[in-house]
Amino acid sequence: MIIASLLFYLFAAVCIGSAVVVVTARNPIHSVLFLILAFFNAAGLFVLLGAEFLAMILVIVYVGAVAVLFLFVVMMLDVEALAIPDTLKRNAAVGAGIGFVLVAELVLVASGWVSGGGTGASVLAIPGDVTNTQALGALIYTHYIYPFQGCGLVLLVAMIGAIVLTLRRRPDTKRQDVSTQVAKPRGVRLVKVPTGSGV
Amino acid sequence: MADLLATYIGHFGVMFVGILCVVVVLLLSMAYLTYYERKVLAAAMLRKGPNVTGPFGLLQPMADGLKLFLKETIVPTGSNPVLFLLAPVLTFGLALVGWSVIPFGPGLVISNINVGVLYLFAISSLGVYGIIIAGWASNSRYAFLGAMRSAAQMVSYEVSIGFVIVTVLLCAGSLNLSKVVEAQSHLWFCIPLFPMMIVFFVSGLAETNRAPFDLVESESELVAGYFVEYSAMAFALFYLGEYMNMILVSGMTTVLFLGGWLAPFGLTFLPAPIWFGLKIFVVLFGFLWARATLPRFRYDQLMRLGWKIFLPFSIVYMVAVAGFLVATGNLPNGG
Amino acid sequence: MSSLNYLGEYLPIFVFLVIALAFGVVAIAGSWLAAKQKPDAVKLAAYECGFEAFDDARRKFDVRFYLVSILFIIFDLEVAFLFPWAISLSKIGLYGFWSMMLFLAVLTVGFIYEWKKGALEWE
Repeated sequence: MIIASLLFYLFAAVCIGSAVVVVTARNPIHSVLFLILAFFNAAGLFVLLGAEFLAMILVIVYVGAVAVLFLFVVMMLDVEALAIPDTLKRNAAVGAGIGFVLVAELVLVASGWVSGGGTGASVLAIPGDVTNTQALGALIYTHYIYPFQGCGLVLLVAMIGAIVLTLRRRPDTKRQDVSTQVAKPRGVRLVKVPTGSGV
Repeated sequence: MADLLATYIGHFGVMFVGILCVVVVLLLSMAYLTYYERKVLAAAMLRKGPNVTGPFGLLQPMADGLKLFLKETIVPTGSNPVLFLLAPVLTFGLALVGWSVIPFGPGLVISNINVGVLYLFAISSLGVYGIIIAGWASNSRYAFLGAMRSAAQMVSYEVSIGFVIVTVLLCAGSLNLSKVVEAQSHLWFCIPLFPMMIVFFVSGLAETNRAPFDLVESESELVAGYFVEYSAMAFALFYLGEYMNMILVSGMTTVLFLGGWLAPFGLTFLPAPIWFGLKIFVVLFGFLWARATLPRFRYDQLMRLGWKIFLPFSIVYMVAVAGFLVATGNLPNGG
Repeated sequence: MSSLNYLGEYLPIFVFLVIALAFGVVAIAGSWLAAKQKPDAVKLAAYECGFEAFDDARRKFDVRFYLVSILFIIFDLEVAFLFPWAISLSKIGLYGFWSMMLFLAVLTVGFIYEWKKGALEWE
């Protein structure tokens, strides 16, 4: 198990290190790329904990989808125009506030865990012979049905919100309407021409 | 303690040699896929294809590789050098690591993880990074345009691939790829899920930016798309990465639909990995055939096919399969 | 013991990743060392059909590209919810089945809205 603990320290150190670079990097592209590195290391930590499903979903959703959007947005920004030190000072108080709330939450969670008498064994993500994913599947859709349906509603709102905020019809573009095109009465006739004789 | 260390090192050595073997086989098949492609295209156009270098032109891939190796590596002035060189390494590396979970035969797999299907899905969703980074780091208009097109194209088809994979999982009952193959021992999934296999294969064409969805490269308008600025080995890695991805998608099609290593009609006289290779060979022919016969899609048609045809179709088919399995009580018990 | 086996399955992936990336780095470095490097200003200029580039190639893009990637995130999450459902459907029975159908129905409403609004059209 020495390897596992060594890997833990490796992943944790890289994760924290790249998170620091995300905040301090001057070039936003580098920030996003280090954010991706942090996600990967977090996924590594999940694997070490036995939560393989979460690890893969973290990579699929956060690295494969969310970070792609970040990269899209950041790449098309005017990189030179961003004066980072200014905004850093202005937002320092807000950032500190959010950080404090997060730390408080972590402390609450950790203390709840300790007082609940949790030992290392009881939080293993592989209960017996059932795989991690099946154990999750057996709970999410039935036991946690209300939060699950809540997720569906949140996704619906996100979908509608994205469309309302970004969709602008451009009147000057030409569009192809496939159904009218196909439904058009045939103006052409197909002729089978015998080989070597011409029309 | 020394004994324990020795066994550790022994295990590690076996694993290392195994991985190296797989990598060498993959690199060779990748090299000869280029040869295969040129021969198939030549046959489709009534030409001879490569036939000068070595017997039947068999040394052509080696000659190509050597030529690219001895070219000058150009890093454009306006570019971001680190990211510029990182992009091909990333593309190639990602195309290769997908193979660590693909089972070549019963028990013949580098790492038999419980979430193999998810791992493959994750790897294929990362493929977009090499392209975006290359397009941005080059600081060239053509490269940037190609990269943006490709990113939007890849994410659009990723969605339908997800639903197709879920449908296969419904029938297999496990995320472990070896178990997915074993679940097909009575009936290959390509029979009940034939339309889904077509959706998967066509989406695979789009994911790997192959014809008829090669708008990313479209020579006539974007001169080569995201890798216009690349030369020498950096270019070769992109090129190899594309072929590697084709083999990976063919491998996934084989594992998910064509019964993986299982022999058809009980023809077990050939060993399992050979059957697996043969099936991949056949699926790859589909890729090359498509390139030889189909004209390129227009971009709006491409998006329409992905979002308005494949996506609703795969959702409806998935729900239908789930409903059928639940109603008839044929759900796999999982494990 | 089982957790040791479990991690043992992941170690090869890690090693494989290192080998694959190392191969790419070695290939580029080897070619750089083996081939003669003779750069000059024109050779290193970005490809631009013989013109000098007027400005930076990185610029704002049509908002549709953002929209596509946002919609992709949403559908990706939907698929993420489907994975555990698909492999545990035999255990959660009809209740689980209908629970997912409700979830999908809600998202289908969103999909129809998208379609009607023309968000899926590429002009």
